[in-house]
Amino acid sequence: MVMEIVCPAGTPAALRAAVKAGAHTVYCGFADETNARNFPGLNFDREEMREGVAFAHSHGSKVLVAINTFPRAGDEAIWHRAVSDAEAAGADAVILADVGLLDYAARYHPGLRRHLSVQAAAANADVINFYAETFGVRRVVLPRVLSVPEIAAINAETEVETEVFVFGGLCVMAEGRCSLSSYATGKSPNMNGVCSPASHVEYHDEGGVLDAKLGGYTIHRVAKDEPAPYPTLCKGCFSAGDKTGHLFEDPVSLNAEHLIPQLKKAGVTALKIEGRQRSRSYVAQVVGNFRAAVDALEAGRPMPEGMLTRLSEGQATTAGAYMKVWR
Amino acid sequence: MDLTVGPNQYFWAADTWAGLYDELAQAPVKRVVLGELVCSKRLPFFQDRIPDAIATLVEAGKEVALTSLALVTLKRERKQTASLIGMEVEIEVNDLTALAHIPEGTPFSVGPLVNVYNETTLAWLAKRGATRVCLPPELSLASIEILATAAKSLGVAIEVWGHGRIPLAISGRCYHARLHGRTKDNCQFACEDDPDGLDVRTLEDQPFLTMNGVQTLSGSYAAMIRQVDRLEAAGVSALRLSPQSQDFAGLCRLYRDVLDGKIDADAAEAAILGIDPGQRLSDGFLDGERGADWSGRMAV
Amino acid sequence: MPQPATTIPIFPPLFAAPLRTLPLAPLSVALSLYARTVAKTHPRLFRRLGEHAHKRYVLDPTDLPFAILLEPNGGAPKVHVTRRAVTGDARIAGSLAALLGMVHGAYDGDALFFSRDLMVEGDTGAALALRNAVDDAELDLSQEAARLSGPLARPLQKIFALAEQRTGVSLSRPEETTAW
Repeated sequence: MVMEIVCPAGTPAALRAAVKAGAHTVYCGFADETNARNFPGLNFDREEMREGVAFAHSHGSKVLVAINTFPRAGDEAIWHRAVSDAEAAGADAVILADVGLLDYAARYHPGLRRHLSVQAAAANADVINFYAETFGVRRVVLPRVLSVPEIAAINAETEVETEVFVFGGLCVMAEGRCSLSSYATGKSPNMNGVCSPASHVEYHDEGGVLDAKLGGYTIHRVAKDEPAPYPTLCKGCFSAGDKTGHLFEDPVSLNAEHLIPQLKKAGVTALKIEGRQRSRSYVAQVVGNFRAAVDALEAGRPMPEGMLTRLSEGQATTAGAYMKVWR
Repeated sequence: MDLTVGPNQYFWAADTWAGLYDELAQAPVKRVVLGELVCSKRLPFFQDRIPDAIATLVEAGKEVALTSLALVTLKRERKQTASLIGMEVEIEVNDLTALAHIPEGTPFSVGPLVNVYNETTLAWLAKRGATRVCLPPELSLASIEILATAAKSLGVAIEVWGHGRIPLAISGRCYHARLHGRTKDNCQFACEDDPDGLDVRTLEDQPFLTMNGVQTLSGSYAAMIRQVDRLEAAGVSALRLSPQSQDFAGLCRLYRDVLDGKIDADAAEAAILGIDPGQRLSDGFLDGERGADWSGRMAV
Repeated sequence: MPQPATTIPIFPPLFAAPLRTLPLAPLSVALSLYARTVAKTHPRLFRRLGEHAHKRYVLDPTDLPFAILLEPNGGAPKVHVTRRAVTGDARIAGSLAALLGMVHGAYDGDALFFSRDLMVEGDTGAALALRNAVDDAELDLSQEAARLSGPLARPLQKIFALAEQRTGVSLSRPEETTAW
């Protein structure tokens, strides 16, 4: 079986671009706090979701709807409606993280396929099997803290399909378990679907030296000729002890292109590309590259050379936790 | 309201670790959660002291629970998690992996690192056997109130983060090791030199976060001294105090006095800063603009 | 050194110089009209702006001697071209080619930001909303310009042709798969 390429779409235009570029599957979310990319100007209203699913299906692609924030106490109906509307729009699966929402979806929408979001941080076979037995989860998006041998070990112990990130932004913290953003800004991925939100970012460019502040805390300072990173907390420049630098993670993004054959051997079903906040041109290019790579792998041809660095944050990439030394 | 002592988040020498629980036997706290929360590599250093600590606390009339690890990935971590059930003490689940090992019908408690954000999740956990839930520190007072109300009818006790550096993130990567140019597998226990974690400052030298191995904590110490009445009115039944290296038993007594109305918030604040004058306090997650905010006079 | 997102041409100073004396009022009127045409054909663009649909955006082509103040105005957009320093809620600056390339989906906004070809100041959320909304709209500036009629249509079409020629950025929307 050819590995499934799962592509981001922040807008209907990006969805069409991904499908045309060869995405087997596209994931997207509604334009509200029910998904973890609740950014200004992004995502789908109900009508756009119906149209997007219809477009994808007519081209033989699938659509997954991410409803992967943690419903707010007293307002759970907003998240429940998102699950219903995803099913009504014809989505092939929903991507969920919250135990309560999984329980709700399993009870009231049993026919709707459930995937476990990376936001659930399910990082071992015991808990993955627990989610499968308890909530009928069919696929898990693995957290970006695992090495390739660990992924292989998980697949050896579970029937649940695994999906892993291969390209794009890299969370260095276990996702769904991080409140750094709300500590500095009041808005968090778990509650609001945003991390280091644009609304709290201030840039100052003085003589080419670019300062980025988040919630009043200086996160970066880059010189005129240095590439600029996202103002994300965990990739900020700080000091501790007598050292100053990127103490948590460098401003790099993930590129596991060259690990695709190993990931296939490790039993991985689907390769996920991060970036619902990116443009349709980015989506088309990255998808095209990865589709070509898995097609080549399937046909036994050599893998095409990587060419995606310039699209990456800090214009540098890492294989992240897939290589054990990263830890 | 009662006081619960959370598991020590830092890496202390075994004697220091055991000393804390000897001291807590006499402290005015109702409940103590112990064990290793943050890093599986630390556990062998004090594992053999755990049974004694439990015995001391139980003898002193404390309720005792054993925490699970916050993030379970490796084989040894899965084994450690599975073996918790053999300890004959209540388990505090801090990663749902532990639930896979707790038989249906066995009561357990839920720690602040499990995502309990809404009523359905709470009800599901209660049905599975949860009798006590310490809510995630980033929750607002409005959410706490709704959850505490729901918890009452479910027979679940609700606890909130009362005092101490706030656990903000957990990772597969060890930052202490990274800071010392080592990998996690060869960390040489770089975190043991920082009994309250290592301060992380911004480029403008503003105190911000705290590094603790694979964990990232707030730089400020959460302190609910000004929020006790509102939390009680919301239906919260316990505050969680997180162990610190300086006069933790004194801090427990101080909080007991605040709960009993023996001293007011200003006096409590002065006493806390008396223990460590450099300390910054926060209670902003409840209803501030952001978690780092402090409702007291000495606003950051 | 940042790698360029791709080689982004600078509007040649020799050709930019005459623009210093170009009368800007007619250009403002023409661009406003033009923006309204776009508003009619792409109502979703303004819906997508959401709470940012009434912000003031300064678009600053750094290789040209003027800046553009864009007020989406909830779907009745106004455009004002000025040589004076102008302030808005958000300022997006970059070479004309970078700005046009982003509008057209030839360049990715984040990649331009990483490579420092694009700069954002002020209300970052508003700037992001505009970028995302424009990216979704799949604008084809040439086609929109061709739709214009009236006395201003010809000069505007001429300006676009000039921009196209001088920046090397095609103002007809590229096919996604061949954008790079």
